[in-house]
Amino acid sequence: MRLVRARRQHDGWVPWAFIFPTVVGISAFYLWPTLQSVYFSFTEWGPFGGTTWIGAENYLRLAGDPQVLKALGNTALYTAVTLLSIPLAIWLASLLNRPGLRGRTFFRILFFLPVVTVPAAIAMVWKLMFNGEFGVINYVLSLVGITGPFWLQTPVVSIVAVAVVGIWTTLGFNMIILGAGLQTIPDELYEAAELDGASPVRRLLHVTVPLLTPSIFFVTTITVIASLKVFDLVFLMIGPTNPVIDDAQTLVYLFYDEGFLVNDKGYAAAIGVVVLLVIAAVTLVQFRLQRRWVHYE
Amino acid sequence: MSSRRGGSNVVAYVVLGVGGLLMVSPFLYQISASLMTNAEVTAIPKRLLPETIQWGNYPAALAAFPFWDQLRNTVLFTVIQTVCQVLFASMAGYAFARLKFAGARPIFAILLSILMIPAELLLISQYQIVQNLGLLNTIAGLVAPGIVTVFGTFMMRQFFLGLPRELSDAAKIDGAGPVTTFVRIMLPLAMPGVSALAIIVAISSWGAFLWPLIVATYSENMPLAVGIASFAGEHETDYPQMMAASLVVMLPVMIFFVALQRRVIAGLAFSGIRG
Repeated sequence: MRLVRARRQHDGWVPWAFIFPTVVGISAFYLWPTLQSVYFSFTEWGPFGGTTWIGAENYLRLAGDPQVLKALGNTALYTAVTLLSIPLAIWLASLLNRPGLRGRTFFRILFFLPVVTVPAAIAMVWKLMFNGEFGVINYVLSLVGITGPFWLQTPVVSIVAVAVVGIWTTLGFNMIILGAGLQTIPDELYEAAELDGASPVRRLLHVTVPLLTPSIFFVTTITVIASLKVFDLVFLMIGPTNPVIDDAQTLVYLFYDEGFLVNDKGYAAAIGVVVLLVIAAVTLVQFRLQRRWVHYE
Repeated sequence: MSSRRGGSNVVAYVVLGVGGLLMVSPFLYQISASLMTNAEVTAIPKRLLPETIQWGNYPAALAAFPFWDQLRNTVLFTVIQTVCQVLFASMAGYAFARLKFAGARPIFAILLSILMIPAELLLISQYQIVQNLGLLNTIAGLVAPGIVTVFGTFMMRQFFLGLPRELSDAAKIDGAGPVTTFVRIMLPLAMPGVSALAIIVAISSWGAFLWPLIVATYSENMPLAVGIASFAGEHETDYPQMMAASLVVMLPVMIFFVALQRRVIAGLAFSGIRG
């Protein structure tokens, strides 16, 4: 009896067949490359292929490389600016969630459209809009008497300009997630706050935001991880031939530059490991801090 | 009733209206600039609308780079990647959710740990593998790492876990094997999950940039997302054509989105994979 039951508990060869493609593909293209990349980070690449083990040399080199420090700073700046999309998204989502509001679907489409664009194609548009001479952005600024900079040719300013596009492409997504979170807040809480004479701003800060912390935590984590990996917008809007790139590059850009333009793949692998460690550290800190400010029901 | 959350909705309409207009203004400017002459785009004082509409920019832009080759590459890349990911992720997700086999837990745990690794770290090694297989500049090389997906496997597993167990049990009692149960009963029920995953994969494949940039070095082997970038590099100052070409590249995704917006938003919100 026990034997029969034991046999029936397993589904024979079928599960193995079902997971076979995934397990083989993941092993070949993700698991093995993870190990290999860590190995590469301890090697030097000859000009015609072939790797030599050089121990921690790449890591010692990057610890003293001002480029790495600058890339870290730019990545942090990009991330900080992009995070502004979260308060903005909370505000917009709370407006979109108001009872009796008409045209919700229409507004949602307007704000979400940037999320589904092709980064390479939309970067062309923003590059033109940020043009220092005839860009729309400086034109609009000139209408209110401001002389805009050469956005994409000025150190620090260029990465901020790219981050503005970062906000633009993440805002709609964050709005949707936060909007879903808003719908779980019971109306009674707002009614009670109103009876106590709380103003709309106080209600936003003392009812909406605290009850929304699980969603805020989720979008913050996702936005930070995505921002720490920013590459395509930097590559496309600033690009390898722009002299300002040395001052504007982010960690993953530096990784690409060393690995595929300079072709120093061992050093690039070490930078890749640093990217992994930075993401792991930041995510760990976020999860630790979570206990202090995220309220679950 | 409408005063419940503070006053009328006038402020909300104004903010959402102005904000929404700001969000779509890059697209509006793109359309306008794609129909100007180059002199008009670069004119000072600034022009926002073309004097006469230059439809000719569109055929000229498409003729200036291997658009049709790249469109074919993009379609193949997107379709193969979407079909493979959805199929394999559904199969594996179902196995991890509902089938019993030795080692299921540790294997799944190892797969999940991959989710934490940033894809960028793996590029050099993946490039080496594809190069050694002789697949640089081929569709096979483009899709190779994207045939399978940990994220999708996880998503489909969660989805299958949410389906009533009684249905698969009933099928088993009726004598259906695991394959029949999966194909005839569980997969049709999982269609909302399948379509959400398909939408996510299709949109991100169409716009994928870094991996195709590395694997495809000849312009006729590139997908459009990379082609448009190198087109812009070569035609640095022909802004109307750049705008026309980039609009054409985005158009399929945008039509897809507007037509399926409810499902797209639900799918992307379910995933949070953007970026």
